[in-house]
Amino acid sequence: MEITKRVTADGVAVLLPVGKLNMVHAHRLREVVDSVLADGQNRIVVDLSSVDFLDSSGLGALIGCLKAARQANGDLRIAAATEQVKLVLQLTNLDRVLTPYASAESAYVIE
Amino acid sequence: MSRLTALRFTIVLSAILGTSYITWRWLFSLNMKAWWIAVPLVICETYSIIDALFFSMTVWRAKARPTPLAPPEGLTVDVFITTYNEPIDLVINTAIAAKNIRHSHSTWVLDDGGREELRLQVEALGIGYISRGAEWRNRPRHAKAGNVNNALMLTSGEFILILDADQVPMPEILDHTLGYFRDAGVALVQTPQEFGNVSIADPLGSAAPLFYGPIQQGKDGWGAAYFCGSNAVLRREALMQLGIKRYVIELAAAIDRSLNQSEKIVKKAKKQLTATDEELKRALDQILESVRETKENVRQGMTLGESTYILHDRIAKISQELISIDVAQIKHDLTEIGINQSDDANWAAEWLDSLEDSLDQLSSQEFSPLTALESVMELLTSLDVDRSHEAIPIMPISTISITEDMATSMRLHGMKWKSVYHHEILAIGLAPEDIGSMLTQRLRWAQGTMQVFLKENPLLQKGMSWPQRLMYFSTMWSYFSGFAALFYFAAPIIFLCFGILPVSTDPLEFFLRFIPFMLANQLIFILASRGISTWRGQQYSYALFPVWIKASFTSFANVYFNRPMTFVVTPKTRSDNSPNWRLVRPQLIFMAAFVISLFVGIARYATGRAPLLATVINVMWVIFDLSLLRVLIPAVLYRGSDIQREEKDGDY
Repeated sequence: MEITKRVTADGVAVLLPVGKLNMVHAHRLREVVDSVLADGQNRIVVDLSSVDFLDSSGLGALIGCLKAARQANGDLRIAAATEQVKLVLQLTNLDRVLTPYASAESAYVIE
Repeated sequence: MSRLTALRFTIVLSAILGTSYITWRWLFSLNMKAWWIAVPLVICETYSIIDALFFSMTVWRAKARPTPLAPPEGLTVDVFITTYNEPIDLVINTAIAAKNIRHSHSTWVLDDGGREELRLQVEALGIGYISRGAEWRNRPRHAKAGNVNNALMLTSGEFILILDADQVPMPEILDHTLGYFRDAGVALVQTPQEFGNVSIADPLGSAAPLFYGPIQQGKDGWGAAYFCGSNAVLRREALMQLGIKRYVIELAAAIDRSLNQSEKIVKKAKKQLTATDEELKRALDQILESVRETKENVRQGMTLGESTYILHDRIAKISQELISIDVAQIKHDLTEIGINQSDDANWAAEWLDSLEDSLDQLSSQEFSPLTALESVMELLTSLDVDRSHEAIPIMPISTISITEDMATSMRLHGMKWKSVYHHEILAIGLAPEDIGSMLTQRLRWAQGTMQVFLKENPLLQKGMSWPQRLMYFSTMWSYFSGFAALFYFAAPIIFLCFGILPVSTDPLEFFLRFIPFMLANQLIFILASRGISTWRGQQYSYALFPVWIKASFTSFANVYFNRPMTFVVTPKTRSDNSPNWRLVRPQLIFMAAFVISLFVGIARYATGRAPLLATVINVMWVIFDLSLLRVLIPAVLYRGSDIQREEKDGDY
C-alpha cells in the first residue's frame, strides 16, 4: 500500500494511505509511523480520505500507532474518514477513543 | 423411528419422570428428623436433575452437519503451533505435519519458552518462528492467550488454525474446514481433539466421546459450539473486532476508575493542608479542576483520546510550576510507601488492582499532601489510551481466564459471530500419561470455567441468545457436581453405620419413582452417544469430586479476593516408579468408609437393628459408589501407554 507523507506549516506530519487498510497492509502503516516518530515528529494525522476499505486489523494498527505516538509524548489523530470507515469505527465503539476530524488541517487546530 | 426422534421422546419422558420424582422428594419424602442430611441430599438431587435437563437440552439438537462446500479460492491462512516447554522433537514433529497441510498457508511456531535451539530447527525447516518481544518484559504475559495475541499482531492471514504443540494435523484439515467460512458471519470452526496415546481402556478418562460428539454437536445446534483452544480455525477479522471492542470497554473503565481515585486522593490531601502550603494548595486545586474537567468532557461525549490528551497537557503545565518542590524528597517518600511503579520489577499481573491497592494503602496511612500530589500526578500521567501496563493494547484472545478459549468464544457469540463444530478427526494429539498431569489438567479446566462464570456470567451476557447463554451456563453448572458427590457418598454410609435415613418413605415407592427416571436418563446417554461407552466419563465426573470442589474455592478466592490460583504443581515426570496414592487420598478415604459401612450395615441388619429393604438399597448404593471411585486405582497404577512414550505438558 502506498502511504505518502507531508508536513504542515505547524509541523504536523500528515500521512495519506491509499487503498485498503486491512490485515495485509496494516503493518505498513505501523512502519511508516515508527519512522516518522523516529524523525522526531510526534504529532501525526492519518488522512483516511483515500482509504476505501478499513477492517479491524487496520483499526488495530491505528491503535498500535496511537500507542507509539503517545509514548513519544505526541499524538495520532485521524481525519477525513469515509462513510465505510466511520461505520467500522462505530461498530467497534472505537469512535469513543478516536475523534474523526473533518480534515487533516483541522485535526490539531484546537490547541 | 429415527435415532433423534427416539432420543427426543426419551428426553421428554425423562424430564417428566425427573420433575415428578424431585417434586415428590421435596414435598412428601423428606425425613426432617435428620434434616442435616435430608435437606442437603435433596438439594443435590435437584442439582443433578437440572444437570440432566441441561444435558438433555444440549443433545436435543445434536446433529451431524452436512459436509461443507470446498473453500473459496485464494484464502490466506496462518497456522499457529503454540508451545511453552514441550520437548523440541514433539514440536518439530507437529510443525512438519503443519507445513504439509495441503491448502496454501504459512506455518508459525509460537514459542513461549523463547528457546534458541527450537528457533534454529524451525527456521531450518523454512517455518516461521515467533517469540515474545521486548514489549512483554515486566508485563503480564497472559500465558497461551498472550502467546497467540502476540502472533496475531505479527501475521496477516485471513484465517488462523490454532494447534497445541502435540496436535499433529492431517493434510486435509484446512480443505475440510475453510468451506464453512463462505458464510461471512462464521468466526470459528472447531474440530475434535483426539489422542493417539489412549488405549480402549482409557484409564485416565482422556477420551471425550461425549464432549467431542453429542455435546459439541448439540451446542452447535443451539448456535453455541465452543472454542476449545486447539484444532480450531478462526477468522482474523472476528478476533480483531473482538479485541478492539474489548480495548474500548476496558480502557473506558480504567480511565473512569483512575479519575475517581485521583479525585478521592486530592480531596483527602486538601483536608490536611496547613496555611503555609500556598503553592501546594494551588497545585492540588488545579489538578482537581483538570480531573473534573476530564470527567465532564468524557460525560459530554468527547473521545477518550482527546480528553486524555488535554488532561496530559494540563498536568504537564502544573508539573512545570512545581519545580520548586523538592522532587527528590517526594520520590524517596513514594518508594517508602511502595507506590513507585517504575522501580517495581515484579510489576505485573493486575495493574489496576495493584494500583488501587497501593492507593488505598496511601489513603489509609498517614500521608503528606505532598506525596499525595506526586502519586496523583503519576497516576494521571499513566492514565492514557495506550494501556501501557499491557505489552500490546489489543488482546483478541481473552485474558480473563486461564482457559482463554471458552471466554473468547463466549465473547464472539456475544458479538453475534457464529461458530461451527465440525465432527471429523483432523488432528491427533497426546493425552496426559500419568494421573498427576491428568489431575492438574482437569483442575485447570475447572478453574478456568469457574473464573469465566464468576467474571462474565453467561446468563447476563445480553449479546447472546437465551439458548446460547444456557449452553455456556450448563458447562459451568456441571462443575458444581463435586459438592453433590460428597453427599451422594456420605448418605449411604450414614445409613449403614448409624441407621439414619434421609428419606422417609416406603422403599418400594422410592424405587418406583426413582428407577424409571434413572433408566430413562441412562437411555438418553446411550442414544445420544450412539452406543459409545460413556461410563468412563460418568465415573470421572464423580471420582474427581475433590478437584471440582477445589476449583470452585480457588476460583472464588481468585476472582473476589485476588488470590493467585496456586495449587500443588504435580510433577510432570515421576521421580520414582512408586504409585502416588496421596493424589487421591480423599477418594481412598471414602472407599475405605464404603467397605467398612458395608460390613457395619450387614451386621446391623443381621442383629435386627436395620430393616431389610433399606439396607439392600443402601448396600447397592455403596456398591455403585465404589464402582465409580474404583476407576482411580488403575489410574494411579497407570504407567503410560506403549503407543507414545513422550511426555506431554498439556496446554499450559
